[in-house]
Amino acid sequence: MSSQLTGIAASAGIAIGKAFRYEEPDLTVEKKTDVDAGKEIKNFDAALEKSRAELEDIKEKTRRDMGDEHAEIFSAHLLVLSDPEFVDAVRQKVQDDKVNASFALNELADQFIMMFESMDNEYMKERAADIRDVSKRVLAHLLGKPIVSLAEIKEEVIVVGEDLTPSDTAQLNKEFVKGFVTNIGGRTSHSAIMARSLEIPAVVGTKSVTNDTEQHEMIIVDGISGTVIIGPSEDELAAYRRKYDEFEKQKQEWAKLKNEPSVSKDGVHVELAANIGTPDDLEGVHNNGAEGIGLYRTEFLYMGREELPTEEEQFTAYKKVVESLDGRPVVIRTLDIGGDKELPYLDLPEEMNPFLGFRAIRLCLEMDDMFRTQLRALLRASAYGNLKIMFPMIATLQEFREAKAILEEEKQKLQKEGTDVNDKLELGIMVEIPSTAVMAPQFAKEVDFFSIGTNDLIQYTMAADRMNERVSYLYQPYSPAILSLVKMVIDASHKEGKWTGMCGEMAGDSTAIPLLLGLGLDEFSMSATSVLPARSQLLQLSKEEAAKAAEEALTYSTAEEVQEMVEKRFL
Amino acid sequence: MAEKTYNITAETGIHARPATQLVNKAGQYESEITLNYKGKSVNLKSIMGVMSLGVGQGSEVSIKAEGPDEEEAISALDEVMKQGLAE
Repeated sequence: MSSQLTGIAASAGIAIGKAFRYEEPDLTVEKKTDVDAGKEIKNFDAALEKSRAELEDIKEKTRRDMGDEHAEIFSAHLLVLSDPEFVDAVRQKVQDDKVNASFALNELADQFIMMFESMDNEYMKERAADIRDVSKRVLAHLLGKPIVSLAEIKEEVIVVGEDLTPSDTAQLNKEFVKGFVTNIGGRTSHSAIMARSLEIPAVVGTKSVTNDTEQHEMIIVDGISGTVIIGPSEDELAAYRRKYDEFEKQKQEWAKLKNEPSVSKDGVHVELAANIGTPDDLEGVHNNGAEGIGLYRTEFLYMGREELPTEEEQFTAYKKVVESLDGRPVVIRTLDIGGDKELPYLDLPEEMNPFLGFRAIRLCLEMDDMFRTQLRALLRASAYGNLKIMFPMIATLQEFREAKAILEEEKQKLQKEGTDVNDKLELGIMVEIPSTAVMAPQFAKEVDFFSIGTNDLIQYTMAADRMNERVSYLYQPYSPAILSLVKMVIDASHKEGKWTGMCGEMAGDSTAIPLLLGLGLDEFSMSATSVLPARSQLLQLSKEEAAKAAEEALTYSTAEEVQEMVEKRFL
Repeated sequence: MAEKTYNITAETGIHARPATQLVNKAGQYESEITLNYKGKSVNLKSIMGVMSLGVGQGSEVSIKAEGPDEEEAISALDEVMKQGLAE
């Protein structure tokens, strides 16, 4: 009998394959005394050797896929394996106390972990995690339960796990990982965003998939409807193979639209752009026929490393992106860190309400040096294409003016140094905070464009933490409240001859698209894989009809009514 | 015994990459090599020892080597230190 689970459809597509349970083995250690010390030490050395070989592999793969910077962390891990103060101490303990190597290793690793954890410095505390990582690997070999890393997967599988962290997803090899299913997460969680950018079908937030799935069991992932079938019957397999073929065929249909313009049935053109996180995502942008980049999240340049990226590194990344787009627009958002995204090396204090706290532009205005470095890199890159800069989390005009003044200062400095800068560079803001949406008429006089960040705008308007699953029912993009705010922003920009884009999940949502077109949105920026389906939908829509529907929607009482009306008329 | 004293100029002090480079280099020599800071002395061939010192910008540190290749070790480590880490 097959069993079925429902989760959140995080990345469209069908995948059928063997489950690969991604979990940590039980590494409980028992103390043994009167052991054969010579034999224990030999086992320990063998475990070190295996761990070293694995880490070399992972390091090499990381270097190839993500660059030297990201591989650096594994050099440090390798050094732990040959640290005399650590490994000699383990040997010594086995020799002196006649205890088993796994016990000695555990004891000494704990000592080092405690020492680093007790240090009054966030960076040093992080090192404790490195030691834990490395000693777990060695311990796993000693106990004969090796830890399998996602990078080591060499056959076609569907990964099943509690959650996937950024470093887990970075290790996924698309060639072998056909899909994944997790217990936790939502449509906007990191794992979901990564799945879409890798174009791997995924269902997240199933709550129990790790309990319900055996290792190597057959499993079907339907990332279109959010369904997971464990141990499918022959009939189910056949049905889903058909569904897979249909989806592939559909994708081929969409692919024909790759070089077509994005126009409505009645001839209104809007821009369909893609969101990206790193220059690696450019391939997806081009393959999916995006007309520009509506959101380049620069956080990833700062994450997964030990120190701030230099001006040169940032310049190289930004230049690569604008050159690759060859004159088409690239909207780059300045650092949006804080909230759910942390940078350990900045050593920021923990906050009660990180989403309402010291993040994004608030942090950048105070950490002036860091902000200036990024702005200089952006300004320099602006000479190579159609780059636009956008500040995140602007709540007041004062913040915008301050940020703009800093940008102007750096621009003048660069020009004085004889560096080329695009003088007509457009400068915009993210509209994520309700106060900014309400004040859009005033903002529109000073900014060049708006980009509505719906994930945050919805969370702040509804006062519902988007990481909290118990209040997820309040994530209501079709709420007349949200639609009214969106309308205010669009109308205000048009009145001043400016434009408005949207770079949240809502921009690629098939129910929202008719409403947004109707409200007059100029640019829709979404996951690259959503661009072609959106274009195909747009070709069937009439702007006039959409405008009527949007106007009506604003008078409705609930999000459900809006959704029902749109589905009836347009889907 | 060979010895050299430094003033750490790198903004982030001796951590991450510089520590990795120093330890890697020290490991290539037979001599006993120590890093000394604020009266504490650690084995420069031990990444955890070096990191545990938490050497920040503006710190005075010294490197000592004792053994058959002490001079070579100190001059090789000196090169690593001078690559933007210390003066």
